[in-house]
Amino acid sequence: MNTKSSISKFVVDAKNLATRELNEKIREAIRDGHKQIDIQNVSGQRYIAAGIQELIDIEIFGVPGNDLGVFMDGSKVVVHGNAQDATGNTMNSGEIIIHGDVGDITGMSARGGKIFIQKNAGYRTGVHLKEYQGLRPIIVIGGTAQDFLGEYMAGGVIIMLGLNLKGGIHNADYVGTGMHGGSIILSGDVRGIGREVEVQQLDQEDNRLVEHSVQEYSKHFGCKVDEILGSKFKKLKPVSTRPYGNLYSY
Amino acid sequence: MLRSRRLPEYNVRIDTDTCTVCKACVIQCTFDVFSYMKIENKISIDESKCVDCHRCMIYCPDKSISITPTPIQYRPNASWNKESIHNIMKQAESGGILLTSMGCDKPNYNYFDRLLINASQVTNPSIDPIREPMEVKTYLGRKPDKLTISDNNGDSIIETSESPQLLLETPIMFSAMSLGSVNINVQESLAMAAASSGTYQNIGEGGLHPRLKKYAKNLIVQVASGRYGVHKKYLDTGAAVEIKIGQGAKPGIGGHLPGEKITKEISEARRIPAGTDAISPAPQHDIYSIEDLSQLIHAIKEATEYSKPVIVKIAAVHNSAAIASGIARSGADIIAIDGMRASTGAAPLVMRDNVGIPIEMAIASVDTRLNQEGIRDKISIIAGGGIRSSSDAFKIIALGADACYISTVALIAMGCTVCQKCHTGKCPWGLTTMNPSISIRINPKMESKRVANLVRAWTLEIKDMLGGMGINSIESLRGNRHQLRGVGLSEQEMEILGVRPAGI
Ligand code: SF4
Ligand code: SF4
Repeated sequence: MNTKSSISKFVVDAKNLATRELNEKIREAIRDGHKQIDIQNVSGQRYIAAGIQELIDIEIFGVPGNDLGVFMDGSKVVVHGNAQDATGNTMNSGEIIIHGDVGDITGMSARGGKIFIQKNAGYRTGVHLKEYQGLRPIIVIGGTAQDFLGEYMAGGVIIMLGLNLKGGIHNADYVGTGMHGGSIILSGDVRGIGREVEVQQLDQEDNRLVEHSVQEYSKHFGCKVDEILGSKFKKLKPVSTRPYGNLYSY
Repeated sequence: MLRSRRLPEYNVRIDTDTCTVCKACVIQCTFDVFSYMKIENKISIDESKCVDCHRCMIYCPDKSISITPTPIQYRPNASWNKESIHNIMKQAESGGILLTSMGCDKPNYNYFDRLLINASQVTNPSIDPIREPMEVKTYLGRKPDKLTISDNNGDSIIETSESPQLLLETPIMFSAMSLGSVNINVQESLAMAAASSGTYQNIGEGGLHPRLKKYAKNLIVQVASGRYGVHKKYLDTGAAVEIKIGQGAKPGIGGHLPGEKITKEISEARRIPAGTDAISPAPQHDIYSIEDLSQLIHAIKEATEYSKPVIVKIAAVHNSAAIASGIARSGADIIAIDGMRASTGAAPLVMRDNVGIPIEMAIASVDTRLNQEGIRDKISIIAGGGIRSSSDAFKIIALGADACYISTVALIAMGCTVCQKCHTGKCPWGLTTMNPSISIRINPKMESKRVANLVRAWTLEIKDMLGGMGINSIESLRGNRHQLRGVGLSEQEMEILGVRPAGI
């Protein structure tokens, strides 16, 4: 029997567990009152921490499968390894920290929370990020990302640091296509941007946010804060909050 | 915009002999056709703005108003009728996509009217549903392949774990209408009617208004490409969760609610800032395949701990049968198929009237395919898009659906006259408008009664038709195409529908 505890770490061994079994184990641990959960030997199991509303610290050792933290609301998930597609899908609040790379559509439709990616992200990172009242999602990418970064963004912030970027150019094209809210802040150039966005200088508030985020990034992964902050950042903002204002005939 | 060269479509006349200049029409018309001229003490009319909604006629206490189509017609021409000429003029003036609302208004795509229902004569007795039991209860959800029953000292115990089911007292449900497409008074009317009729209301993609929470047992919540208002508590609220892939009125395209319609109320339900466009992308970007769909289904199931059925809604398109087969295998409990005559709050005219296939064809081919593959019981089918009467509902069940979705019908019950102007946001009947001074025209207590009455009446009629053919349970009607005959259909059409011609 599990002893009820909120201090000691609860350890789940995911080895040979199917997705549903693993998630049931995690939910059971939460029901038992555990606040810190380590999951060992994770190998592609999906939906870890799906819809969890309790404030739990989860550490994942291995590679979690798709939809890590989908619908999550408040917990903190640290991944010691890479993560796959749809990490933080439609997340409401909480934090996901990935010590490695992530797949596609990271943070899709998230309404709040933070996602820190140590290295690189795949396609459509931050697609349709939103924000609402006190909630504003932030995605920090240490390295680079692929095409359609921040597509349809309606709110929130993506910060891309471009660490170890070769030639100062991110491979991403169509950045911010369909964007109508929020901002993308990046160091380095991209191959192309959507016609709904324009390049702007960072204002004071942006600078503060970048500084704060880089410090947090460094806390998670370790990096040379001053060196990064010394590099040149630019910001992509939507031209209009009403991109489709005059498309129709009534 | 360039000056319009279109002729007014309606004549609006006030009979000055009976008019008492009470100004009711000035207040009632939301399209500003009428205005009061103080000095002359009379009503002036701008008939070019009239949309033929009849609100003024009904609310004129003296019955002095008449609305008629203008007698001036363009020269008769089979290719160039008024609609085609006006559409071209409109686009030449604005350069924009023609926007419309409600369902396709062309006659060509209807099969219900060419299908006839059987009845018992002599060789098997019909049943009188008023005096004899008649079961129209319907369970929606995945059914087990087999039941494992064990014996516990003489007590039988069912060991097969049940999949979650929706219990319907009548096979009629209210199709997705989001907060934003209709206002909260309409949503609450439907929720009350659903609760009193023992059925479900789908609240669409637009979040949950706090006023609906008390009807949670009868609500289906939707997850669509915009993911508006979707969060854990929202998923927990509904009796079922519907993933919307497409809708019959505009298959394959997304949509957006223009910024001016994002009022404070809507912004709170959708959880987005007021005033910005709410864009629903065309695809769900986490679904590019059946495998991806399966993933979202399971993400929702994990988040709701496998406690409720997941519905996948698709528009009826050419290869619906193959797609439905994939959906049945993806882990979904219910598939909702929306035919091409389905209504919408706003859609490009070109999509509404040209894209998709009729619901009759889609349901028949999906049912056939799933039966052939032996997986029909793995999934329940809800049919929507074009159902106008209890006989349409009856026929679609006989073609293979388990239940049907209605929406235009419910709106008409609440006053809609199908003027097709929902997209203007000025609905004169207070339905598809967010303007609080117009939406108060809907009183949920009163309007829910009309909707519940309608559901009751249809249910009685369905029982009558069942009894007439000697069947005492709606289950025995599902996919029972022997009970249908076709008139005026080609051989191939009948083959797809799985019906024989009338007379044999
Ligand atoms: S738009 Fe409706 S209310 Fe206004 S004049 Fe025409 S029929 Fe009457
Ligand atoms: S809902 Fe209103 S605007 Fe839409 S068709 Fe009906 S009456 Fe006209």
